[in-house]
Amino acid sequence: MRNPKLLRNCALACALLTSAAYGQNGKAADGDIHILPVQGNVYMLVGAGGNVAVQTGKDGVLVVDTGLAQNAQKLLAAIKTISDGPIRYVINTHHHPDHVGGNVTIRMAGSTIAGANVTGDLQDAAVGALLISHFNVFNRLSAPGAQAAVPPAGWPTSPFMTGQKKLWFNGEGVDILHQAAAHTDGDSIVSFKRSDVIATGDIFTTTDYPIIDLQGGGSIQGTIAALNKIISMIIPVFGQEGGTLVIPGHGRLCDLGDVVNFREMTVIIRDRIEDMVKKGMTLEQVKAAQLTQDYDPLYGSTGFWTTDKFVEAVYKSLSDKKSGAK
Amino acid sequence: MERFRRMAGLIWLFPILLVPAPAAAQVNLDGSWGNLEILHEDEPERLPGPELGDYLGVPIKNAARYRADAWDASLLTVPEYQCRVHPSDYAPSFAGIRIWQELDRDTQELVAIHIHHLAYSTERTIWMDGRPHPPDYALHTAMGFSTGKWEGDVLAVTTTHLKEAWIRRNGLPRSDRAVVTEHFIRHGDNLTLMTVIRDPAYLTEPFIRTRDYVYQIAGRNGPYPCESVEEIARPEGAIPNHLPGTNTFLQEFAAHHGIPPKAARGGAETMYPEYQLKIRSGEAGTPVPVVTKAAK
Repeated sequence: MRNPKLLRNCALACALLTSAAYGQNGKAADGDIHILPVQGNVYMLVGAGGNVAVQTGKDGVLVVDTGLAQNAQKLLAAIKTISDGPIRYVINTHHHPDHVGGNVTIRMAGSTIAGANVTGDLQDAAVGALLISHFNVFNRLSAPGAQAAVPPAGWPTSPFMTGQKKLWFNGEGVDILHQAAAHTDGDSIVSFKRSDVIATGDIFTTTDYPIIDLQGGGSIQGTIAALNKIISMIIPVFGQEGGTLVIPGHGRLCDLGDVVNFREMTVIIRDRIEDMVKKGMTLEQVKAAQLTQDYDPLYGSTGFWTTDKFVEAVYKSLSDKKSGAK
Repeated sequence: MERFRRMAGLIWLFPILLVPAPAAAQVNLDGSWGNLEILHEDEPERLPGPELGDYLGVPIKNAARYRADAWDASLLTVPEYQCRVHPSDYAPSFAGIRIWQELDRDTQELVAIHIHHLAYSTERTIWMDGRPHPPDYALHTAMGFSTGKWEGDVLAVTTTHLKEAWIRRNGLPRSDRAVVTEHFIRHGDNLTLMTVIRDPAYLTEPFIRTRDYVYQIAGRNGPYPCESVEEIARPEGAIPNHLPGTNTFLQEFAAHHGIPPKAARGGAETMYPEYQLKIRSGEAGTPVPVVTKAAK
């Protein structure tokens, strides 16, 4: 007695229980893509670059961020183990290569539902999934002379300019909220209303100090405002835990307590640096004061985003009359 | 003949009786265990909580000291902090616990041991069925993920995936990277819980704490509800904290108890009995005068 659906479900379950759900070795940085069921319709995929959120259901697949370009095929294969439904939407939380690098591969593996006069006028209207982001992401990716993180086929096809875009997909509302001048100037928070999961992009990570891309339009005050926004969206079950779950841009799955801890660190270090800025201290003096020494064991890094870079970004952001003024 | 038949009918039972019971608890820890009767044991650490600036006896790194110096008790008035629960490595230290086993119905094998804490009514599960710990990218919680095994009559527990919390309620942090081992040791109607915290972020050595409990025949824990309210009007996201070098409360502990300020700053050295000799000899610094009401 062969039941293809049963076999497929068993294969999925086995995949989730072995290589995916608990990971092959439990480590996120082993070169594999790991799948962690979050809750409701949402999964967190780790190992593609930035974290990826995937929502599945009867309507198909929605993907938030697409990792690094070199991991796109592995990411696509991992998504297909969760659902063989059509990829309908790709959402970019911001424009950095570790979050948009797989845009072309993931988008072109999907399709957009199109019909009526649209398909007559635009014959490629159904080609590829709809790619959504804030308009600033499109601007950054398509800027003349800029080193594009992805080729034009991976640029957003449906950018939004207002503060919010709403979708209904797989039986739940999906709220895409732009956060001005936070990690960059194009950040979006993606909220899955029924599943009760939020994908934050790099506004919130568990692995580094807040990454503030000043050239990309980011700021320390905007980062704190965005963290406040995320916290305001979370409803815990009890003891500041459970309830709404949060997929950070990098790092492990989180809930309210984790975001609150991260905001606490961010605000305290902002307060310390701001105090020295107000006293007229130079950047060198601020660095010499080692104002992050209590959080360095948790967030300090000698990698891409060093502690020095973070302190410098906060200092410059606060010294900037336009973005730094409280 | 009838008698022989009856005996023959019972013979099949013998092999079953000879088979040992499935691996279960070597010692039954079930029941309510209270510590209010022995609250004098490390009492200041418990209900009143430690004094500000008291880091004595904790093997902290400089990072932990710096962070605790910035800690402002007013943080606990911020709504997101009001209902934060004690983590599993602190909750049983605070007040009583209730323990019960979860057995597989068919095999009667021990699947898990559960613990209810009076403090905040939190409950934790210690898995006894050999399951692995989750991957590093899984959710961390205040209770963490615990697995246990019997070492003779002692229940040994390892906990990972803890959320960041506190090692003392005066701002001394315990990070989310800590691994906690516990030993539950029953002596008749007494239970000793030894907790060992290894925190690569904030501790230079393992921090060891023991607590004792008394079996309560009619023990019962009441509910512990908590709901956040706005206690103080503040700008959104404001976090009370002391800027470096501005926390004037830090000197009070040493002054009040007449101990050298250096000792109050804690560190691994201050854990060991030999340090008392240093205090007596003056090697640990000069105690500040005891502050009395009359002197004020």
